[in-house]
Amino acid sequence: PAFGLFLFTIARDPLRIIILIAGAFFWLVSLLLSSLIWFIAVKASDPRDERLQKGLLIFGVMFSVLLQEAFRFLYYKLLRKAIEGLVALSEDGCSPISIQQMAYVAGVGFGLMSGAFSMINLLADALGPGTVGIHGDSQLYFLTSAFMTMVLIFLHTFWGILFFHGCEHRRWWEIAAVVVMHLTVSGSSFCNPLYVGSLVPSYLLMAAAAAWAYLLSGGSAQNLRRFLLCK
Amino acid sequence: MITFMNNSDSEEEPCNERTSLMSAESPPVPSYQDGLQASDAGEVQAHRKRRAGSSRSPNNIAGGEMSGSSIPVRESALENEEEELTLKYGAKHVIMLFVPVTLCMIVVVATIKSVRFYTEKNGQLIYTPFSEDTPSVGQRLLNSVLNTIIMISVIIVMTVFLVLLYKYRCYKFIHGWLILSSLMLLFLFTYIYLGEVLKTYNVAMDYPTLFLVIWNFGAVGMICIHWKGPLQLQQAYLIMISALMALVFIKYLPEWSAWVILGAISIYDLMAVLCPKGPLRMLVETAQERNEPIFPALIYSSAMMWTVGMAKPDTAARGPSQQTWDAAEDGREHHRNPSQADSQMSETRSAVPTRPVTSLEELEEEERGVKLGLGDFIFYSVLVGKAAATASGDWNTTLACFVAILIGLCLTLLLLAVFKKALPALPISITFGLIFYFSTDNLVRPFMDTLASHQLYI
Repeated sequence: PAFGLFLFTIARDPLRIIILIAGAFFWLVSLLLSSLIWFIAVKASDPRDERLQKGLLIFGVMFSVLLQEAFRFLYYKLLRKAIEGLVALSEDGCSPISIQQMAYVAGVGFGLMSGAFSMINLLADALGPGTVGIHGDSQLYFLTSAFMTMVLIFLHTFWGILFFHGCEHRRWWEIAAVVVMHLTVSGSSFCNPLYVGSLVPSYLLMAAAAAWAYLLSGGSAQNLRRFLLCK
Repeated sequence: MITFMNNSDSEEEPCNERTSLMSAESPPVPSYQDGLQASDAGEVQAHRKRRAGSSRSPNNIAGGEMSGSSIPVRESALENEEEELTLKYGAKHVIMLFVPVTLCMIVVVATIKSVRFYTEKNGQLIYTPFSEDTPSVGQRLLNSVLNTIIMISVIIVMTVFLVLLYKYRCYKFIHGWLILSSLMLLFLFTYIYLGEVLKTYNVAMDYPTLFLVIWNFGAVGMICIHWKGPLQLQQAYLIMISALMALVFIKYLPEWSAWVILGAISIYDLMAVLCPKGPLRMLVETAQERNEPIFPALIYSSAMMWTVGMAKPDTAARGPSQQTWDAAEDGREHHRNPSQADSQMSETRSAVPTRPVTSLEELEEEERGVKLGLGDFIFYSVLVGKAAATASGDWNTTLACFVAILIGLCLTLLLLAVFKKALPALPISITFGLIFYFSTDNLVRPFMDTLASHQLYI
């Protein structure tokens, strides 16, 4: 689905592709820094202590989430500057791309990159021989991973929109809400392999974020009805 | 000590030929970018001047155009407009370059991941005589540095040789060299590649069919690249050639040497293009003085095709071709990669914005394209391919390098739009790529693996 999003909405406009790749790049950099921190922490600690390792992992995850949001903010700043530049250079005084579109594309960029990093090794292994969950792990590993990744990609997209909207209108609580949501989703993945604990809240949150982003982007229930009935 | 490829004798030839081709190709052509200024200009003169300057690709054979020199002419008059156009078309051009670079990388990665041949170590090129199988780390490092020095000096010698040839108007020689190298590339390497792919998938093919296929492929390729042909076909051929060359590099360069060479080449690229006495720069200037087009075989052009065919410095075609070339070159951005040292280089590294120009006055901004040297393609693909081959079989690293290279390309194009003169396309991208490769491989991979094993998501 994320790839479909990409094809239908982004691939047409070259500027959007650039923003997408740049968004992916920013996510990558945030991942790099957070894994650096985690790596240092791990090296500095005792490798045999299981609980400590798990604790460090959790710390790594939380830190990574915070760093991702920080980079999203940085990216927002960069895009603001870029928009000003584009407006100044365009012929009719208005930017070829609006900040909401940029928010959307940035969100997709983040999401695609995070999804790709989560899934691609899994997919590569899935092509090979083997049985899922042979050591007593869940048999639904691949399936749930796929769903989780998808929900995460969508969430990133919506968070992008919400985040940028919050920054635009200086509503700090929106930004805080995004951060909290992200932390919640990541935290819920700690319940794995108890998949009920992680997938269900994530999907609920995604629905909530989707509705919120839709409303923010100017949609309304009427629009939705009209669209669905093809008026 | 010289280690050849272990295959049959015929493969030794490519080695030698490649050497000669390499010298011909000379080091990567710096990416050259012409400002898009020319497009609005109505003045033919200005255009012509601009073009002459800009279309030169200093590196390798292609006559670089010194966009720099032509720029001051129109700068005052059209600066604002040009900037707008530059940036307005900036995004489109970036995408025009993204696509071929991506395609090339995809081909290389797909081949590396599926065909075993390219990851086996079957010997080394004669350019990298020092082996890396030594027991101690220090010795290995030393060997790789020595390999790099040898390779870079070969490239430098070749570039200087090329510049000299160009200066003294030995066009026939250069032409013959280019044709020979592309011939070898198209036929021999394709044959090897096809053989390996067929072996991997266990598909049987008889010799007559093989001969027919390769003959057609090679002949059409020769025509497309050196003469006229549809733009898309020429682009496709250039991409395939770059991929083939990159695959050869990946196979035959020992590991540490490859990384050190990548780093050294980007530094060299930087120097050769920007220093006033750099060979590439001299080539560009000479080409500008003579108002000649760049050699078509070394540049990837994202726009008009047929100017490439006309870009040969034949006296007969010089008049009209120069005109069209100029027209086309105006407002084109040229990227030249100095990495055309290899035979690939002969394939025209620069991506010339080909425009189907019919008259000089029609230099509008519709079809300005961007030129990128083929050497750039090759080295980008080498980086990504090596990441795919040696990064513990990890796709994350490959993806990270890919994104890093694209971002580097973006930044380079941005700088191009700002500076409006030929720029090396290698340094920024390769730097990003290298940083991301090493960091992803060593830092991110354990993190992601641990996360994945616990199925945590960030």
